[in-house]
Amino acid sequence: MFEIFGIPSQALFGQLLLGLINGSFYALLSLGLAVIFGMLNIINFSHGAQYMMGAFVAFLGMQYLGIDYWWSLIVAPIVVGLSGVIIERLFLQRLYKLDHLYGLLLTFGLALIIQGVFRNYYGSSGLPYRVPPLLQGGQNLGFMFLPNYRAWVIVFSLVICLATWFVIERTKLGSYLRAATENPTLVRAFGINVPRMITLTYGFGVGLAALAGVMAAPIYNVNPQMGADLIIVVFAVVVIGGMGSIMGAIVTGFALGVIEGLTKVFFPEASNTVIFVIMAIVLLIRPAGLFGRGA
Amino acid sequence: MEQVKHTAGISPVVLAPRSEVTAFAIMVALLIIAPSFIYPMFLMKALCFALFACAFNLLIGYVGLLSFGHALFFGWASYVSAYTAKIWGLPPELAIFAGVIIAAGLGLVVGLLAIRRQGIYFSMITLALAQMMYFFALQARFTGGEDGIQAVPRGRFLGVLDLSNQTNMYFFVVAIFLGSFLLIYRIINSPFGEVLKAVRENEARAISLGYKTDRYKLAAFVLSATLAGLAGGTKAIVFQLASLTDVHWSMSGEVILMTLVGGLGTVFGPVIGAFVIVAMENYLAQFGQWVTVIQGVIFVACVLLFRRGIIGEIANALKIKL
Repeated sequence: MFEIFGIPSQALFGQLLLGLINGSFYALLSLGLAVIFGMLNIINFSHGAQYMMGAFVAFLGMQYLGIDYWWSLIVAPIVVGLSGVIIERLFLQRLYKLDHLYGLLLTFGLALIIQGVFRNYYGSSGLPYRVPPLLQGGQNLGFMFLPNYRAWVIVFSLVICLATWFVIERTKLGSYLRAATENPTLVRAFGINVPRMITLTYGFGVGLAALAGVMAAPIYNVNPQMGADLIIVVFAVVVIGGMGSIMGAIVTGFALGVIEGLTKVFFPEASNTVIFVIMAIVLLIRPAGLFGRGA
Repeated sequence: MEQVKHTAGISPVVLAPRSEVTAFAIMVALLIIAPSFIYPMFLMKALCFALFACAFNLLIGYVGLLSFGHALFFGWASYVSAYTAKIWGLPPELAIFAGVIIAAGLGLVVGLLAIRRQGIYFSMITLALAQMMYFFALQARFTGGEDGIQAVPRGRFLGVLDLSNQTNMYFFVVAIFLGSFLLIYRIINSPFGEVLKAVRENEARAISLGYKTDRYKLAAFVLSATLAGLAGGTKAIVFQLASLTDVHWSMSGEVILMTLVGGLGTVFGPVIGAFVIVAMENYLAQFGQWVTVIQGVIFVACVLLFRRGIIGEIANALKIKL
């Protein structure tokens, strides 16, 4: 045990770790928002509610169907992604010709509905979700204690983020996607089914949120409101990073998580607000965002 | 955005269309007789929210800017009015004025930051800054944290009129509401208001015509924030309470809902919308959490089927301006 700037290393690295974990959720969520915004031109306000749904699918699956954590990592994104496909087909596709604001308002309404329904049945106190047996315990690294589960969350979300980046930036499917973002009419003329691609993109973005929800369940408990405040922080992350770049969203997400964690150590009163303050500063210096293109 | 087309022309001396004058007369008459039939507390609550929604509508309806953080101005004005009235012992008019000044100052800062980005980003920035100020309100000592500021004295207006009398309080609120309503009407029909509408319709075009649109947007933002502050300050005096509910993002959502239900960009829409939503919340309070769900359903229904809102639909059906 040693000290850095008068802070015990245990506390410092513990908060850094928690910051990295929050950062990986920010990265996964802002990645989903950016992908959805790219294709649909809609800011998905229900993203936080869908993150919460992911956690609930894991919790309910465990409770009633005996689906363990590992299967939940696959099942929850599929279930929530399918619900997203239905939402896109039923509602969102009617809005593409309208002002962007209507998409925001509609998904805000959906978030109220989803969160309200879950709160009615499960209250607002957290429901516990156990860490899977394989990842219980932790490693003593000498300067800190590293719980296995937390290490797993960071590594796994990094892998998912990089895989998403790879698919979008380096594969043929991704090139269709980017082309359709630039010019949907032209891509349609080449015989590619753009409306289906839009639907699947929304399902995928929402599935990423659900995956983050499953990973969050053992750390933060399962709670109908768990995504409500988180989504506002993620909006700030998106404003800071700009939605133009996939890698930008990932880097910004992790970096802001770490900054938030450090603030918790050195200036705890500001830990809730530090990301918003950074957003204000970025707006003053680089209005388009760190990785943004244009306004 | 779908809007009612303006026929009044550019000149500010054009008289208001007869439909609007008639509707205004009916509204004033209803407000005068209403306390004989309806609880004054309900009416005052609805009027405070009507003013809040009108202030919000000034921005979304006439400049096309969707602020998702208007609870910031409403709630902080309400805290400052409650604090100055209770702790400093200011009379109600000065307490409300203090709240209005704070709202204007916050509006200037938030506006300067938010208008640096357009469209969807504008909404996200206002929401994020409002959330930041929510956390300040949660942590600051003077706001009373979870308890809020309770038992705020209503005091005497100008040292004469005792506002603890419900009728006096009611007509004080009616006067503030009608005064602000006329002010907003005057703003949207002034040359300044015409430029705002030009920014809403086509910002690039307005810039090419030589207008410094950022300044117009900022001015509209500050005006909207100031009037939202007036609504918040008045509400703190009426209910003798300022609490975290008023600064929370769900309050920003509610004012959007009221304006959307009544009709974006209509003069009377926000007033009707506020009365509808406040009445709904009163009657549905027994259903507890379902109120949120119902609000969500109304949001979805309005956006999909009913984008003109109540007043917008009526005006469209009768081919008049409201």
